[in-house]
Amino acid sequence: MSSPRLRPPGAGFASPAPAGTKATSFASPEAGVAPSRPTDLEATLRAARASGRKLLVPYVTGGLRDDWVALLIAVADGGADAVEVGLPFSDPMMDGPTIQEASYRALKRGTTPASVLSELRGLDVGVPLVVMTYANLVLRAGTKRFASELVGAGFSGAIVPDLPLEESEEWEHDAAAQGVQTVLLAAPVTPDERLFRICERSHGFVYGVNLMGVTGERQSLAASSVVLAKRLKATTDKPVVMGFGISGPEQAVAAAEHADGVVVASALMRAALAGAAAEEVGERVAAIRAALDRGHP
Amino acid sequence: MTAPGGAETGAKGDRRLAAAGATGEPLAGRAGQLMGEPDERGRFGSFGGGYVPEALVPACQELERAFRSAWADPAFKQRYRSILADYAGRPSPLTECHNLSKHLGVRVLLKREDLNHTGSHKINNVVGQGLLTLEMGKGRLIAETGAGQHGVATATAAALFGLECVVYMGEVDMARQELNVFRMRLLGAEVRAVRSGSRTLKDAVNEALRDWVASVSSTHYCVGSVMGPHPFPWMVREFQAVIGEEAREQCERLLGGAPDFVVACVGGGSNAAGTFSGFVGTGARLVGVEAAGGAALGPKGVPGVLHGMRSFLLQDEFGQILEAESISAGLDYPGVGPEHAHLAEVGRARYESATDAEVLEALQLLSRTEGIIPALEPAHALAWLVRATASGEVPAGSTVLLTMSGRGDKDAEHVMRLLGMRSK
Repeated sequence: MSSPRLRPPGAGFASPAPAGTKATSFASPEAGVAPSRPTDLEATLRAARASGRKLLVPYVTGGLRDDWVALLIAVADGGADAVEVGLPFSDPMMDGPTIQEASYRALKRGTTPASVLSELRGLDVGVPLVVMTYANLVLRAGTKRFASELVGAGFSGAIVPDLPLEESEEWEHDAAAQGVQTVLLAAPVTPDERLFRICERSHGFVYGVNLMGVTGERQSLAASSVVLAKRLKATTDKPVVMGFGISGPEQAVAAAEHADGVVVASALMRAALAGAAAEEVGERVAAIRAALDRGHP
Repeated sequence: MTAPGGAETGAKGDRRLAAAGATGEPLAGRAGQLMGEPDERGRFGSFGGGYVPEALVPACQELERAFRSAWADPAFKQRYRSILADYAGRPSPLTECHNLSKHLGVRVLLKREDLNHTGSHKINNVVGQGLLTLEMGKGRLIAETGAGQHGVATATAAALFGLECVVYMGEVDMARQELNVFRMRLLGAEVRAVRSGSRTLKDAVNEALRDWVASVSSTHYCVGSVMGPHPFPWMVREFQAVIGEEAREQCERLLGGAPDFVVACVGGGSNAAGTFSGFVGTGARLVGVEAAGGAALGPKGVPGVLHGMRSFLLQDEFGQILEAESISAGLDYPGVGPEHAHLAEVGRARYESATDAEVLEALQLLSRTEGIIPALEPAHALAWLVRATASGEVPAGSTVLLTMSGRGDKDAEHVMRLLGMRSK
């Protein structure tokens, strides 16, 4: 890691773990690092939106391959406003074949939540990091400890898709207490009354799920995307970011038209799984960035 | 050991079994609260709930409303009961095993779910959910299956009710249960091989959930056990409660009361839940028997969230789910129904396990003494009984009701290979 990527101590981030420190377990969460308040994900995204820019949130599976941190830096440098980092789970039931395969390969390499977080400690990619994982990894560690681990690794937001409104309160509370914003998802079938509550309780941004289905690329943008984006925009002034099924610049532009931005995941991970170099994956992000800035593919 | 309560010492200090009530009596006052409706958050104690993505929340809510209204409707219940009687062959008999009783020194009664149409208790649940699918106006059923019993039952209900049917089955299980794959196809169902993860039951559940997220407006996910998000654990138990209701009545006639022990095997735990619900308000001691390699309620199980529910799970220190390992594909599941976790926690039921070797012995014992070849799953319950009578945990002269959840035909080839290997 080049030294400019390390956050200077006292700059509002956790100081880097001492060289040679190997966090193999959540069992020693403090690891000598005094976590401080993370960046404010929502403030960052609101500011970007205010500057007239569409938001771009690429995704990288943590621990996917040896150079996954380079992959993370590359997608950030490609023009991201925030980056989603997946903590791989053994049973990713919301994910389609690409993210399943990415999770599987990461776990096969021996990736654990602790290894991902320890590799990120002290790293500054210039934009906020949002963790994406499943409830069992959060609850196994304990909500308070998980939140503090996230802060120690520089995360400012979290997405846990199997914690719907009815199950997420404890996590939201413990995360917020440490400055981690919980991003909630809204689906095309979400009724208005729930949509309102999701927008109320979501922080950082509101994640609009484009379609009824799992993650993964699709031939074209689902019709449900526009409808949901409009409903969300009519409900909240928080940033509305649409995800699921966005495979390239054309769909990104279309999905962002009625929203504030997009998440792109499987399209990038498919390239990474096929062996694309970090710079190549970064170029894909840059191409989507350029299309979003132009307003057409 | 003379005091029946002494059976608890077999728990070896497990904190989940240590609570008062494993003997039945101390809980008599609370029994009415156990195995009733889950709370407004869909929980049994701290277990259960609805850990599903937002896209499935409306479907789970719709299902709960549909089930509540159907289950309160005498016409629906009548239809469900008459299909179970005229099509599935209920009531299933209670068989007193005179030879086995003599052999074990206790009085053994088998609740014969193996004699149901399709050969197991699974038919009770799919008839209920199939009728509910019609009520909801949906035309397609999906299901997961391990051993193939639930897949065959779902394919059967789909044929009966004129529904489209897709069954997800791990590739490993498809190889182990080739005959059941053929039966499902013969019944008109599509069987889809699951090649992700361990390629067994847990991965089949993941794949069925993925299908459901994309198809929920037209499709009902016919969950096969007392697991998954609310309302499934409750609803499936209610559809299986017929086992316990009948057995309770049959025991009343034969014994003049409840038996001393009620024993059933537990994978997700649907036959056990259905059986226990008939006896939870009596003094009978309830015993669930898991496969040693998949014992979520054993010492290796830890509470966690999988497949929409909070329950005990086999998992590592970070929360990654571990593979269960058992000769019985039907018990090859790293979790357990949330209500069983609750019954264990409050001490009203105890959960034991049986090893593959003990199971094969028990299977042969019942076959030879009674002329009944059990499926590998209920052979676990029997294996525990054999051990517990030998150790005195189940005192001589006790009466024992054991749910024979399925017949052994489906396992015959598998068992033949296992026994052949052992004799070499």
